[in-house]
Amino acid sequence: MAQAPASASGNGPMLLALRGVGKVFSNGVTALSDVDLTIREGDFLSLLGPSGCGKSTALRLIAGLATPTSGLLDWRGSSAFDRTNIGFVFQEPTLLPWADVFDNVWLPLRLKGVSRAKAAPAVTEMLARVHLTGFENAVPRELSGGMKMRVSIARAMVTKPRILLMDEPFAALDEITRFKLNNDLLELWQDERFTVVFVTHSVFESVFLSNRVVVMAARPGRVFREFAVDAPYPRNEAFRTSPDYAALCRQASDVLIGAINSTAGPHHDGH
Amino acid sequence: MTAIEEHALTLDPEEARRVRQERLERIGRWLLPLAIMILAIWLWDRICVWNDIPKYILPRPGVVLQTLFDDAGLLFSSLLVTLKITFLSLLLAVIGGVGLAVLFAQSKWVEMSFFPFAIVLQVTPIVAIFPLINIYVDNQTTKLLLCAWIVAFFPILSNTTLGLNSVDRNLRDMFKLNGATRWQQLRYLRLPAAMPYFLGGLKIAGGLSLIGAVVAEFVAGATGQSSGLASRIIEAGYRLNAPRLFAALILISFTGILIFLVLSLISHLILRRWHESALKQER
Repeated sequence: MAQAPASASGNGPMLLALRGVGKVFSNGVTALSDVDLTIREGDFLSLLGPSGCGKSTALRLIAGLATPTSGLLDWRGSSAFDRTNIGFVFQEPTLLPWADVFDNVWLPLRLKGVSRAKAAPAVTEMLARVHLTGFENAVPRELSGGMKMRVSIARAMVTKPRILLMDEPFAALDEITRFKLNNDLLELWQDERFTVVFVTHSVFESVFLSNRVVVMAARPGRVFREFAVDAPYPRNEAFRTSPDYAALCRQASDVLIGAINSTAGPHHDGH
Repeated sequence: MTAIEEHALTLDPEEARRVRQERLERIGRWLLPLAIMILAIWLWDRICVWNDIPKYILPRPGVVLQTLFDDAGLLFSSLLVTLKITFLSLLLAVIGGVGLAVLFAQSKWVEMSFFPFAIVLQVTPIVAIFPLINIYVDNQTTKLLLCAWIVAFFPILSNTTLGLNSVDRNLRDMFKLNGATRWQQLRYLRLPAAMPYFLGGLKIAGGLSLIGAVVAEFVAGATGQSSGLASRIIEAGYRLNAPRLFAALILISFTGILIFLVLSLISHLILRRWHESALKQER
């Protein structure tokens, strides 16, 4: 746990900075406006906000799936970053339905030209890490929602990326499954010490997982406030029921309400 | 069976009725069409007898069956000719349809430019195009193949094009993130995703290529000499040999059914593990 910060932010060296990043879509919608954000190595950073605040857009910009209209992404000084150093977990498991679990996890390596035999140790190890040993030959259809998400995480992590981007990955799961996946994700993060940017609309999830929470506001999408979650890792079920956690959630909730109220113009839910 | 009987002891009347109903339906699904078919054939036979219909107008089923055996050599060698055209044209339809679909999938512009041609080819009746083909093409087999191909390739092209374009957007992003080349995207993502659509098209094309092969021979039969099933039918028609005409017809029908069943089986075997259409109902 040398690099995974024991408590709050500010220890690791900078990995990526968004400097004055804005994104305007061709239909005139300003998805992001003037976002400044520094991500440090080893961070578990949550982007928390109501729908329409541009948190998913921010993630897509970091992934290189979209380009910013203004501002720049500063990858430790160089503006280009090897995409293969990025793992991405979508809101849906997004697996190949015709391929079994092994082949799905193998895919990123396969696309880099790594043969099945050569990839096998990495794939097997990754499947063990997400507790899916023995399911190598199952197809996605045969798995539960939580297991599919585990496969998706294994696939994102099999290339050992430096940064893992997660776009509301557990939003569609039931609470019990979500808690379990939260715990397992934290365990994985503490062992491997990669950087996570985690998009969520759940106050509880963001506080439980992250060392930093960035609250965003909508119309236009922007950073509202950032705060550190001052609680030590490892966090487990005991933390989930502790008064500390409840207090932190309350703080976060207040900030989020502030962000929602700060939104100018008429309020309407969703898009 | 014992399991059901054991269950029956504890079943309430409603559930018991449902179990009986299901069992009846399972048997009826096979028995009913078979019984109706036999009944229809029997009625056909009786109509011939009751009305004293001569066999050159409507032969009795027994006579047709007898002809099928007596003329087996002639008919089956003709069937082989028709089958050859059918399968060759189906093969070409698969190659042409998938090939064009992959080409279309490379760029929206290509698709927009050339898809109308495919539609023109599809909607113009083959019988009307044939005289032209007859002028430009000498070889009889080539003529027939071309005809059957024009009829059969469109469902494969349009279905495969649809399939190649209906890849999940997130999956596409995932490939992009992992630096997949165009070829890798096609090979590992778009082609497998298009498979159910392609197989749907293949099932239609299978029947169409048989129809195409027979129709083409029909139109060509007037001009050239061929020995497929269609020319046997024309020939039998001229000679008022109704039993052979019926026998040839039955042979074509059975071939069509067989092609459909085989293609359905192939489709099921390929998709059974992952695609909704091939999965047994669970729960």
